[in-house]
Amino acid sequence: MTSENLVEIRDLNFTYDVRPVLQGINMDIPRGKVVAIMGLSGCGKTTLLRLIGGQLKPSQGAVKFAGQPVHEMDADQLYAARRRMGMLFQFGALFTDMSVFDNVAFQMREHTDLPETLIRDLVLLKLEAVGLRGAHDLMPNSLSGGMARRVALARAIALDPMLMMYDEPFAGLDTISLGVIGNLIRHLNDALGATSIVVTHDVQESMKIVDYIYFMSGGQVIAQGSPDEIRALDSGFVHQFVHGEIDGPMPFHYPGASYAADLALEAAHA
Amino acid sequence: MLERALGAVRGTGHRVVNGVWRFGFACRFFLAVLLHSGISFRRFHLTIKEIYFSGVLSLIIILVSGLFVGMVLGLQGYETLQKYGSESALGTLVALSLVRELGPVLAALLFASRAGSAITAEIGLMKATEQISAMEMMAVDPIARVVAPRFWGGVISMPLLAAMFSAVGVFGGYLVGVVMIGVDEGQFWSQMQSAVDFRLDIMNGVIKSCVFGVAVTAIALFEGYDAPPTAEGVSHATTRTVVTSSLAVLALDFLLTAFMFRGI
Repeated sequence: MTSENLVEIRDLNFTYDVRPVLQGINMDIPRGKVVAIMGLSGCGKTTLLRLIGGQLKPSQGAVKFAGQPVHEMDADQLYAARRRMGMLFQFGALFTDMSVFDNVAFQMREHTDLPETLIRDLVLLKLEAVGLRGAHDLMPNSLSGGMARRVALARAIALDPMLMMYDEPFAGLDTISLGVIGNLIRHLNDALGATSIVVTHDVQESMKIVDYIYFMSGGQVIAQGSPDEIRALDSGFVHQFVHGEIDGPMPFHYPGASYAADLALEAAHA
Repeated sequence: MLERALGAVRGTGHRVVNGVWRFGFACRFFLAVLLHSGISFRRFHLTIKEIYFSGVLSLIIILVSGLFVGMVLGLQGYETLQKYGSESALGTLVALSLVRELGPVLAALLFASRAGSAITAEIGLMKATEQISAMEMMAVDPIARVVAPRFWGGVISMPLLAAMFSAVGVFGGYLVGVVMIGVDEGQFWSQMQSAVDFRLDIMNGVIKSCVFGVAVTAIALFEGYDAPPTAEGVSHATTRTVVTSSLAVLALDFLLTAFMFRGI
């Protein structure tokens, strides 16, 4: 069972300064699956991705990638592991001084000795997969948000990674781009035989494409299951989140002093 | 009252600890840049690109400033020297002022304002838009790939810019002194030639500009890399680059001058 998991997270705690961000997280990401990590903004989802990628070190516990604890890897081992990972950042993080073509070719030029003619063919192949072969000579500043996200996706799969991580891939996209990106995530995962982790708070779009969902709140996993199991939950925070209800276990108002006290009404009545 | 005093002590302590921590981080950063400099020479086209951005694109401001500084030196120098009947020494005055001091110092100050601030803003924005994180996740070391080529691009550009500043400045002095005012051309050049020593004046000026290049570029890169990833953070980092590197240039100039010309 264990060997079927590409990523295993055990008793993971992460503290930023003195503020606990993640507490006692346990997760398994099986090979070949698309797994979503959902939760409100600020619940520690992106921090979790950075811990898997080795950009942060856990305060306690461990993240294992292909059976190896990420935080115990030295710099060479970490870079070797990252060559087998791809990450799509929230706003693409394209290199703004390079064309679309050069962005996608970046890893190939850095990590391989492939001739330019072969790199050209591979780049066009990756861009064809995301439907942007015709945009290869554009600069990032002339791309729309959805196009930039797709170019970043082509760049992330440049070296056919075994693990793809998506940080809020649906944020700020129109409905057509949402569907395009969602389909690409699923199809590329299946075509490349990869494993994908999608960090998102877009419930409806991600429910269509993922195999398993972890729900996080306050730095903890509070629910998990297949999309159907999650939909079937009829109470609590997950229900509120999935159905987009304004009030519920997660209150609309940020905690603070009473409204009357802030307006000094009590003092006026006294 | 006591609470306010304790708050002040705590604030001071916090600032001192932060300053020491930041200085330590800056030293480690500088060491990492030196250790990861191999790529800047193995793939020299990366460094050439940065020489273009830091050096070639700074040429206009350097050349125009050098010309005007030289012309002002010519005017002021003539006014002073003629009182003592020594206007023939104008070439010496212009050349020594530029080669020893004004060339390296003013070129470094202009370099800090033009190229240093651009480097800080670029690295800071790369950080804010997660380009640096993306590079790390692609198993590419941003210190080696982004920072080191910019460092060597700046270090190589700086002495060349200072040399051009001095050369154009001397020409400016010639224009005002010889062409406009009428100082004897033969005396202007011959006195300059006999008074300017290659090792003592020119080489020391080159050494100064190399040191300034290291200081300005390292400060610019560190400020960009350490900038908080927000618009305000990048803006403050850019300002700090110009202020810190300008002060560093002036302080280093005093120290270097004391060692080079006074033998302290």
